[in-house]
Amino acid sequence: MTDPAAVVRDVSKTFGETKALDGVSFEAHHGELFGLVGPDGGGKTTLFRILTTLLIPDSGSATVLGLDVVRDLWAIRSRVGYMPGRFSLYGDLTVRENLSFFASVFGTTVEQGYELIAPVYRQIEMFAERRADALSGGMKQKLALSCALVHRPDILFLDEPTTGVDSVSRREFWDQLDMLRSSGLTIVVSTPYMDEAMRCDRVALVQGGRILQIDAPAQIGSRYPLPLIDVTGAERYRMLLALRKAPHAHSVYPFGTSLHFTDERPGHDPLSVIADLREYLTANGFTDVTAQPIEAGIEDSFMELMTPAQRAS
Amino acid sequence: MISTLGAFMTKEVRHILRDRQTLTVLLLMPLIQVVLFGYALRSDVRDVRLAIVDPSPDYATLALRDRLQAARRFRIVATGRSMSDIEPLFRQGRADLAVSFEPQFAARLESREPARVLIAVDASDPNTGSTMQAYARAVITAYEQELGAKGAQPVRIAPEVRMRFNPTLESVNLFIPGLIALVLTLVSALMTAISLSREKERGTLEILLVSPLRPWQIIVGKVFPYLGLAFANVLTALVAAWLVFNVPFRGSVTLLLVESILYSMVSLAIGVLVASLTPSQRVAMLVALLATMLPSTLLSGMVFPLASMPKVLQVLSNIVPARWFIVIARGIMLKGVGLEHLWKETLVLIGMTLFFMMAAVRSFKARVA
Amino acid sequence: MTAPLAAPADLAIVATDLTRRFGNFTAVDHITFDVKAGEVFGFLGANGAGKTTAIKMLIGLLEPTSGEAKVAGLDLRTQTEEIRRRIGYMSQKFSLYEDLTVLENIALYGGIYGLTDRQIRERAAVMLETLGLSDDLVGRLPLGWKQKLAFSVALLHEPAIVFLDEPTGGVDPITRRQFWEMIYAAAARGTTVFVTTHYMDEAEYCDRISIMVDGRIATIGTPLELKQQWKVPSIDELFVRLARPS
Repeated sequence: MTDPAAVVRDVSKTFGETKALDGVSFEAHHGELFGLVGPDGGGKTTLFRILTTLLIPDSGSATVLGLDVVRDLWAIRSRVGYMPGRFSLYGDLTVRENLSFFASVFGTTVEQGYELIAPVYRQIEMFAERRADALSGGMKQKLALSCALVHRPDILFLDEPTTGVDSVSRREFWDQLDMLRSSGLTIVVSTPYMDEAMRCDRVALVQGGRILQIDAPAQIGSRYPLPLIDVTGAERYRMLLALRKAPHAHSVYPFGTSLHFTDERPGHDPLSVIADLREYLTANGFTDVTAQPIEAGIEDSFMELMTPAQRAS
Repeated sequence: MISTLGAFMTKEVRHILRDRQTLTVLLLMPLIQVVLFGYALRSDVRDVRLAIVDPSPDYATLALRDRLQAARRFRIVATGRSMSDIEPLFRQGRADLAVSFEPQFAARLESREPARVLIAVDASDPNTGSTMQAYARAVITAYEQELGAKGAQPVRIAPEVRMRFNPTLESVNLFIPGLIALVLTLVSALMTAISLSREKERGTLEILLVSPLRPWQIIVGKVFPYLGLAFANVLTALVAAWLVFNVPFRGSVTLLLVESILYSMVSLAIGVLVASLTPSQRVAMLVALLATMLPSTLLSGMVFPLASMPKVLQVLSNIVPARWFIVIARGIMLKGVGLEHLWKETLVLIGMTLFFMMAAVRSFKARVA
Repeated sequence: MTAPLAAPADLAIVATDLTRRFGNFTAVDHITFDVKAGEVFGFLGANGAGKTTAIKMLIGLLEPTSGEAKVAGLDLRTQTEEIRRRIGYMSQKFSLYEDLTVLENIALYGGIYGLTDRQIRERAAVMLETLGLSDDLVGRLPLGWKQKLAFSVALLHEPAIVFLDEPTGGVDPITRRQFWEMIYAAAARGTTVFVTTHYMDEAEYCDRISIMVDGRIATIGTPLELKQQWKVPSIDELFVRLARPS
């Protein structure tokens, strides 16, 4: 199939005074693991609801599996899997009851869908008779995912499935998404965690109702427009404040144990930037400094792409 | 210490003032209740529908008839020669009071023998029953005294009062059909309202929407399982009424059960409609309670007789499902009538069920917004 | 496990064998640790590991089943009221009243903690300027601003220790870092910051961290020490190693 699995064209949506989406466009291809990455309030959930036919856009158009989200909603609704986030499960039903209910809603059975959900479901199968509200967060996630998959959808929409969950469970969840993707399923997933973005085939950076950039994770970094230097040393906080005042400093942000320094001169030689930095830091009483040029990651790019208004403090 | 408390109270006042919806309800509700109670709580009765049985009309009976009519509380709806002419009117609920004169009434008066008058009252509502017969007696007594004043010999009119349908004036008989209605209303409407709004709050409704399930399927699926519960409630209420309160069961129990189920369906549908239109479980419960309990107690004729309410409220009461069900329940339990007398009310309930179900389906958005 | 115990005055929090049971289930199992004054301490753990329960005990919301703790030099069991006045708290689920304005929220919390009107006015003015906010309804503010404001309000009464429960959830990366700069600034002023987070890179920003597994403290130390000790490149890796021993 050459048509994309999901297409959004120039979609806008306003709620009262808030413009949740402002002229958003992107395409997700078949078999792709496509990520919508960005903080809460950026418009990701609104986008999902439009794609799953729950909301009508104010302007623009969207199609899923070649079907229009406004006109063909019933055709779409029988073919998508949807996980709206925060574990929408029936807490007072058991694991098995939840699963067979969602299967029956789509006119199928757990047996028919078992093969597809097995890699995920097998991990919680031993709790089949346990009530869903007695499960841990990670297990609820797996159950919710199984319920979204059991009717063998052609495309899967997961809205922030890893929010509020610890980093180990998050990893495991993405391992499962990897497995599903390799079976040919198209998956569109949203997340506020930039490190999860790295595991997608392509990502769209979403902030303030707009898409900042769309590309494969690796490529996004390569489009970073300015020299980026990783700086480590003692007295990190004091160094941070000092570097912000350094000549040609465009932005300085902490990243784990180090600081990312962005020079404001596009195309300038990174090594020359480093030399300048060393000089500046030594003059300000910082010894034992390590500095090296690095490739921008998604988080660096995201912050750079955020508008000045959004960045303002 | 004071400032801490003061700061906290200031915050609370702000919350109250800013939650306009709740504020409106809290301010309006007492007002509405006061007005309604005030009007409803009258014990006097107006517009009593009077039937006259006069086997041998003469100057005395005609004079009494004139006086009864002149007393503006009464409205003569029928006259007949014997009680059997009038009886059907009672059963159909078209007469509240019957005054039946003995044959040769005037002749007996002149011969100084007691002339008997039978006053038969529909006492399903014992309060109004007592009041109505008291009015009638007052008119008759006044005439008796008037006659006696003219002649030398005392005149006697001997009224005999019969309280129909409720000879011992059990007020519980009045209440029980209404209570059954109230219980069914509350429980049914609350059940479905909570069920649907809980689904919304859990987030599972969104998943159900993004599926082949159509809105009407979701709604029907939410209403019908509760019918079983409603049926159990009906049985409990009826058994309690029968065993504990000795309420009579003069009519067909089966018919009563069927009508009760029908009435439950109206309430279940109202519950779903309320949940479709409200944003949260808490609000849904509140609105369901208000929309069902208030009208059912105040405007259904359960506690306060409809006849003594202003015309406006009487008209309004026609949209209260409980009002129709109470007529049905009282008819079956106290008067022992069957479907042939109650078909109109039954049809109204069926119509209401369809109306509310359709309204629920329409207002149930297939989309979130 | 811990650095040598400093003199009590230098310790903002000392927990000894702190335990909490719910029926048969032991949520917090004899944890012993300390937090130095002015430190930024990261309290980590998987969901269900007992983190939230432990924090609730330290801020006086839950009574320990057994064990002792001193918070801000005061005994947890007997001086709970005084402790509450010396600490600040901010969680992701609740911070400020959405239907009140910024100034109204500040006035409320100021009043609760017994600040004078003058103090409230002065500090409110500073806060608005530092954050660059105008006096809007809090509900209308974007998430990032809300969180930063909530943090400032938690510091309004200049507490000795401030407890932050996942304060940066769902917030954009720039605001996250601005938030941590606010944390550093507070620590530089001498406030002890006790914070939990699901972002493992934020763990690296802390002076010391502890990781809870199954109700116990599995490890505690500076990020650097821990990485060397467990031979892992990042705290994220350490977390995986400890939370899933298989």
